[in-house]
Amino acid sequence: MPEFEPVLLANIGKTDSHRRHVYESGGGYQALRATLKDKAPDDVTNMVKDSALRGRGGAGFPTGLKWTFLPKDHPGPFYMCINADESEPGTFNNRILMEDDPHQVIEGAIISCYATRASTAYLYLRYEYPLAYQRLQQAIDECYEAGYLGKNILGSEFSLDMYLHRGAAAYICGEETGLIESLEGKRAWPRIKPPFPAVEGVFRKPTVVNNIETLACVTHIAARGVDWFKSIGVPPAPDNPRDPGSFGPKLYCLSGHINRPGCYEAPLGITCRELIEDFGGGVWKGRAGKAAIPGGISMGVLTEAEFDTPLDFAGPGKAGCLGLGTAAVVVIDETVSMVDFLHNSCRFFAHESCGQCTPCREGTSWSLRMLDRIRAGRGRIKDLDLLLEIGDTIGIMPGTTICGLADGAAWPIKNAIRKFRDEFEDYIKRTNPEGWMVTEPVEALEATGIH
Amino acid sequence: MAETSRILTEEMVAEIKAYFPRYPSRQAVTLPALHTVNEHLRYVPPQAVVEVAELLELHPAQVQDTLTFYGFFKQDAPHGKKRVWVCRSISCALRGGEEVLSAMCEKAGIHPGETTADGRLTLEAAECLGACEQAPCMLAGNDLVGDVTTESAEEFVATLE
Ligand SMILES: Cc1cc2nc3c(=O)[nH]c(=O)nc-3n(C[C@H](O)[C@H](O)[C@H](O)COP(=O)(O)O)c2cc1C
Ligand code: SF4
Ligand code: FES
Repeated sequence: MPEFEPVLLANIGKTDSHRRHVYESGGGYQALRATLKDKAPDDVTNMVKDSALRGRGGAGFPTGLKWTFLPKDHPGPFYMCINADESEPGTFNNRILMEDDPHQVIEGAIISCYATRASTAYLYLRYEYPLAYQRLQQAIDECYEAGYLGKNILGSEFSLDMYLHRGAAAYICGEETGLIESLEGKRAWPRIKPPFPAVEGVFRKPTVVNNIETLACVTHIAARGVDWFKSIGVPPAPDNPRDPGSFGPKLYCLSGHINRPGCYEAPLGITCRELIEDFGGGVWKGRAGKAAIPGGISMGVLTEAEFDTPLDFAGPGKAGCLGLGTAAVVVIDETVSMVDFLHNSCRFFAHESCGQCTPCREGTSWSLRMLDRIRAGRGRIKDLDLLLEIGDTIGIMPGTTICGLADGAAWPIKNAIRKFRDEFEDYIKRTNPEGWMVTEPVEALEATGIH
Repeated sequence: MAETSRILTEEMVAEIKAYFPRYPSRQAVTLPALHTVNEHLRYVPPQAVVEVAELLELHPAQVQDTLTFYGFFKQDAPHGKKRVWVCRSISCALRGGEEVLSAMCEKAGIHPGETTADGRLTLEAAECLGACEQAPCMLAGNDLVGDVTTESAEEFVATLE
């Protein structure tokens, strides 16, 4: 296999890597020029489809295929929503792209808007990224100056406006229809689907929602071609005709108990252990690893014995996790109690549930209250079964909720308790020697603040 | 009854109106408008909600409904001169984030969500700030502060202007 050459992070570290002239001096915006000159919008969509690019925002949906869901005979306007709400615990790769190489993202966004006939792109940015906000605004201004945005881009028929729209500290705004509602000025309550955004999205018009890293990949596919993209990563499983494979480079985030936390670019399919050892310099303080989150906290946990799991779109699922998610690996060392880990996870989801669906709203808050009680030395073995019952019944997979936040809340519960059951039982027996075996209802602790 | 005095200045109104051409609906300007008010006043009092609603041709209840969804906008009193978001999510918690938050609260004599009596500091418990490689971290106004220790956090509170 040829040596892997990073492309997504290639500019990062250069002086003023966020400025247009630096980006252009490395060949930036040549792909946009060539696209507008030589390709029809459908050619671009077909190229992205052929590349088998899958969305980097968490769901891994094939990007080109999503674009083909846009209605053909609609009078427009069509919209693009760029998802930069990045709030999944452990995840920071979009931030690095936006802060240090925003033009790479914007070039891909313009090419994607051309393909999808979007005339306006809204970049929904989480509020807590002030530097990214400033750099993106500067980059957008530089693009208007250069004629990459605005009317008749580079002399073509294609016109596009791009605006930044800031969120207000709510994780659910990253869910694509929560994002759309928030953009429209309403509560970020995810919509029941169908209709999907491609058919009826923001302002009730056909809308494509794509992640920042996905759009950065489009830039490189346009510049280097489909064959280059497909030379990287993992081909589809031969025994699964529905597997689109896991092609292309990926930004992996590495944090937690690791010697060198950071954002690293590798071919899709690197194993969790390779990432920890080769990029992260191993678990910190010479300790052993105990578990790792494979792709943001929603994905659940791998045990140390599962660290050889490949981090492609299919890998984490084989180890019982929800999926690759955002490819954000959080390393947990041997000193950490999984009870504490799960408490942290449950608190996050109880805080971030938007409250529309009863199973999610109640399930996330009750799981937190049970974990609070267990940590207060009043846990019962029965609580583990109750927690698992919540974990097995909330989410779009069991079919009880509107969006995937609930699945993300469920997976850490299911994985932590099923993979570390002995540890949970020992903890409960040790901290509640009198009451661990009780099966009658017990009083809740005084309600703790979630917010 | 005397007319309630207006809260939005001409400057704020102009800033809000500048967003209108960006969106096909006035309602979409809700968050930009709330941010504008919040940047000027450090809170969004009920009278500001009424005035924003007028500008956006909405009922005040529609703006209030959206506002309350986000825990972000205070309505009773302005937040402190510095609003600091301390991350408590997993990557930071694994490296001492919760201890950092407690130490800061103790030093400042407030709970998360509160403002010091002198109005200098508001502390907030935050979920993942997207800077996990610098855990534990906090966002102080527009500045990200990474690799915080309980000592450096206490120092931060003690030396705050
Ligand atoms: C609770 C929840 C939060 C999400 N947060 C984000 C996010 O912050 N950024 C993102 O790109 N996608 C997020 N997603 C996924 C989006 O719904 C959507 O799939 C994605 O933006 C599509 O872009 P892509 O196909 O380019 O990945 C989230 C999904 C859920 C269920
Ligand atoms: S699953 Fe949870 S977060 Fe998603 S819409 Fe329902 S209540 Fe809201
Ligand atoms: S967990 Fe603290 S910044 Fe991500």
